[in-house]
Amino acid sequence: MSDAPEHLVKSFDTELKRLRDMMSQMGGIVESQLANATKAILQRDSDAAGRAVEDDTKVDALERDVEQFVIRLLALRQPMAGDLRQIVAALKMTGDIERIGDYAANVAKRSIVLSQFTPPYSLAGLANMARLVQSQLKSIIDAVANNDTQTAIRVWQSDVEIDDIYTALFRELITYMMEDPRNITPCTHLLFIAKNLERIGDHATNIAETIYYAVSGEVLTDARPKGDNSAYAVIRSHDA
Amino acid sequence: MSQTTVQPQTESKSFGGVQARGSAILNKARIAISELDFFYGDNRALKGIKLDLPERQVTGMIGPSGCGKSTLLRVLNRMYDLYPGQHATGQAMMDGINIIDPKVDINALRSRIGMVFQKPTPFPMTIYENIAFGVKLHEKLSKSAMDERVEWSLSRAALWGEVKDRLNSSAMGLSGGQQQRLCIARTIAVRPEVILFDEPTSALDPISTLKIEELIDELKVDFTIAIVTHNMQQAARCADQVAFFYLGEMVECAPAAQIFTAPKEKRTQEYVTGRFG
Repeated sequence: MSDAPEHLVKSFDTELKRLRDMMSQMGGIVESQLANATKAILQRDSDAAGRAVEDDTKVDALERDVEQFVIRLLALRQPMAGDLRQIVAALKMTGDIERIGDYAANVAKRSIVLSQFTPPYSLAGLANMARLVQSQLKSIIDAVANNDTQTAIRVWQSDVEIDDIYTALFRELITYMMEDPRNITPCTHLLFIAKNLERIGDHATNIAETIYYAVSGEVLTDARPKGDNSAYAVIRSHDA
Repeated sequence: MSQTTVQPQTESKSFGGVQARGSAILNKARIAISELDFFYGDNRALKGIKLDLPERQVTGMIGPSGCGKSTLLRVLNRMYDLYPGQHATGQAMMDGINIIDPKVDINALRSRIGMVFQKPTPFPMTIYENIAFGVKLHEKLSKSAMDERVEWSLSRAALWGEVKDRLNSSAMGLSGGQQQRLCIARTIAVRPEVILFDEPTSALDPISTLKIEELIDELKVDFTIAIVTHNMQQAARCADQVAFFYLGEMVECAPAAQIFTAPKEKRTQEYVTGRFG
């Protein structure tokens, strides 16, 4: 807790700071992974795609470091109250951040296939979604670093906007596929890309819930506003 | 046994999705303490204590040295009666009687509220006599009834198996952990309703400590227990509710899980996370 006085055992403070630094470092890498993956799709930049994929191993390694460090802290410090919540939160959040990295890397991989097709359609919807997800991710990583519950709640509440765009994109892409079977391959990849971005948003909300618990000791339980209705979407061709 | 749910007093924060903190079921109070003050001469060592000891459950008392937690135990046992200049005011109600009222018979009280101390204090007699001694003060038992009582107490204190073949040897020959369990057996031999433990394991090795903790868990089936401890993990392991004391005040009392995961008071948070104390 940043505003709390120091521990009587100073080395514990050092260790908690190190844990926080590891989380920030991990968050920074997945932010850049997502930025590179977005660039790879929208600007057909295969170098950026390569960087996003490569960074995944760094994120995985950091996740293992955090896990081991957390186990060490639990065993050696027997943390209580706020410290315990922060340390367990780090363990949970590191899993979410690692998964965000996986999704970003997957988006980057698909961009390489996608670049072989000339899109017969606009990528504006996807660009818009990517921008929103990037901004959510940046906010939540900052909130992790600063124990900022206000930002966490804001991220938690605004995930519905990402869901709405995803549902719209889902319908749009199916329409393209119905219009011309040659669109099926690129549009399927685009669908997965959109789904991956949508999942990144979901993990950001998980992190938001974890931050809120770690800082306040209370649990966010209200039904979060949700907007992914693609599971119910039915699009029929006009001649059906 | 009537039960009351301790409702966390946290108000919902501005955001709608906030769930109340963890709650736990605590039994009705066996001893209800309120407005309790205690004085060492002019020094007010306890200030307006309000605390319920729930029946057949364990109340852990934690806090830095000099915070008043041991003093509170001594008040409940009227230990201070021995010392001129020390006195208590307020209420500690048990069955409608204020036990700190000087009119309450101290010997009868102590047969209902037993106490176990930091260091084992066996009498320099045989193991059998250590148990029988206290019982004889309160009850006239036949030889066979006394034998039964000694076996019952030693069994309840998880010591019977280790001493049943040497009941007539001196208690001073037992190990520290065994001596402490003997003292617990001696305390429960008079069949009290409440047992007060004042740092019962601080002079013991880790294995003996775990045995005593296991014992406390078994004893709460029959007895209401209060335990003062400097070991926070011990309070977390043993207690149903935990009270945090600081500078003579009871700062916060809540189910153990709440005190150690999400205490409400800033001072509790700082103490249990090792930021002062």
